[in-house]
Amino acid sequence: MHPAPSVILFTVLSGLGFGFLAFLGAGLVLPQPGLNALLLWGLGYGLAVGGLMASTFHLGNPRRAWRAFSQWQSSWLSREAWASLAALLALAPVALSDLLGLGWPRGFGLVGTGLALITVATTSMIYTQLKTIPRWNHWTTPLMFVTFALAGGAILAGQTGIALPLLVVLALALLAHWQFGDRRFAEVGASLATATGLGHIGALSVFEPAHTADNYLLREMIYVVGRKHVQKLRVIALICTVMLPAVLLSLGQGLPFVALALLCHLAGAFAARWLFFAQAEHVVGLYYGKR
Amino acid sequence: MTMLPASTERQLGLAIDLDTCVGCQACVTACKGWNDQGQGGPLSDQDPYGADPSGTFLNRVHSYQVQPAEGTAKIINFPRSCLHCQDAPCVPVCPTGASYKRAEDGIVLVNAAACIGCGLCAWACPYGARELDAAAGVMKKCTLCVDRIYNENLPEIDREPACVRTCPTGARHFGDFSDPDSKVSRLSADRGGYALMPEMATRPTNRYLPPRAKDAASTASPLAPLLDIQASGFAGWLDKVLGKI
Repeated sequence: MHPAPSVILFTVLSGLGFGFLAFLGAGLVLPQPGLNALLLWGLGYGLAVGGLMASTFHLGNPRRAWRAFSQWQSSWLSREAWASLAALLALAPVALSDLLGLGWPRGFGLVGTGLALITVATTSMIYTQLKTIPRWNHWTTPLMFVTFALAGGAILAGQTGIALPLLVVLALALLAHWQFGDRRFAEVGASLATATGLGHIGALSVFEPAHTADNYLLREMIYVVGRKHVQKLRVIALICTVMLPAVLLSLGQGLPFVALALLCHLAGAFAARWLFFAQAEHVVGLYYGKR
Repeated sequence: MTMLPASTERQLGLAIDLDTCVGCQACVTACKGWNDQGQGGPLSDQDPYGADPSGTFLNRVHSYQVQPAEGTAKIINFPRSCLHCQDAPCVPVCPTGASYKRAEDGIVLVNAAACIGCGLCAWACPYGARELDAAAGVMKKCTLCVDRIYNENLPEIDREPACVRTCPTGARHFGDFSDPDSKVSRLSADRGGYALMPEMATRPTNRYLPPRAKDAASTASPLAPLLDIQASGFAGWLDKVLGKI
């Protein structure tokens, strides 16, 4: 699949934003009223909303994006739209209370935490539901997305005690996603033979392409560039998302450590998410003799 | 709207004969020609006469080579377009309701006015049947020429999809697969019509008719005895001498 920058930005940033909002909502980070609360809640909302905005850049008709709220009964993308709106609204009173030091009860916060995590899960289901992309069509996809949000949120919250075990889980989730993912295409059993139904005659190969110029399918779904360095990128992603933040957070508390840990984590998250798309093979590639 | 109908009254689709298709691309051209000005209209091209042309098509014809265990390889031309699946995966993923399957005839369509161009339906389709129009920013797909098949302004002979109407070898057939006695149903039953990528559980309507077994060229020619000419006389002597040098 084509690793569109807008979708990578969207999934990484809004995942981190909703993860951090989950911590804020649950009261695991208690900001001081005033500037501190404004900065922390602003960061959470900024990442979440900024990510959602980035996602509209890959739409052909962003002006009609509001229509995406209509099909929640069948569409995970529509459910994501509702979940994100509900999470942002449910957390608003908690954010206001923190900002002005009103000391309102935090019940809404816990609901908001749940909704924030549900939002990330719905995002992951957009990818998980697609049978046509066997690598994504597996339970490790939602596990990886939600763990990314929680671990990123914990780093941003400066909660070393929670972040360290979550980073371990994230490493395991990434390894599982890669391990299972590498076998998924073969497991599903799609091949040029099933795609054309001509396998019973003999050994099939592409004789001539259907068109000599490129098209939407080749650009969007048959992305074969950049798989050469997969193993190196996986190691880099693991070191940056998990190991460096774990070491930095263990070394000390405070803003410089958190900021550095977050930067490393984000760099690794972008690498991992780029791989998530670039490595994913769509079955339509079979018709073109490409995967 | 993007819930799939539990069942459809009719099940319109195509039977594509891989035995008779010669890969002339006439269906590709006729499809583009009709649909460029039809209901979903225009099917845009980018840089069509330049160095890097690209365009939106609803039908593409591939060519595959099959090498049987014995004998020579065969070339099979393979048209690929929307299969109007009964469990169309492109429909429920649509967040806006733009992608839908008609309960009356099973045709899968896109309401261009409601499409946000997110591309998720194209991701969900195993067959590459949908292409995003780069100029309009909306998804385009085969409409089964819905603006021809019911169009009473057209002569009756033209009330079938443009690809079917134009095919010079009669390799494309249009009809109702829900009726077991329709032309396409009988054709499919007689010829062992099959669905593509059954492992994707999409239950396509369109059927592909497999290539028939070809005759093998006879090795024993009735003229063989006449062709086995033995040189005699001077020519025979020359043949022997030249053979020894």
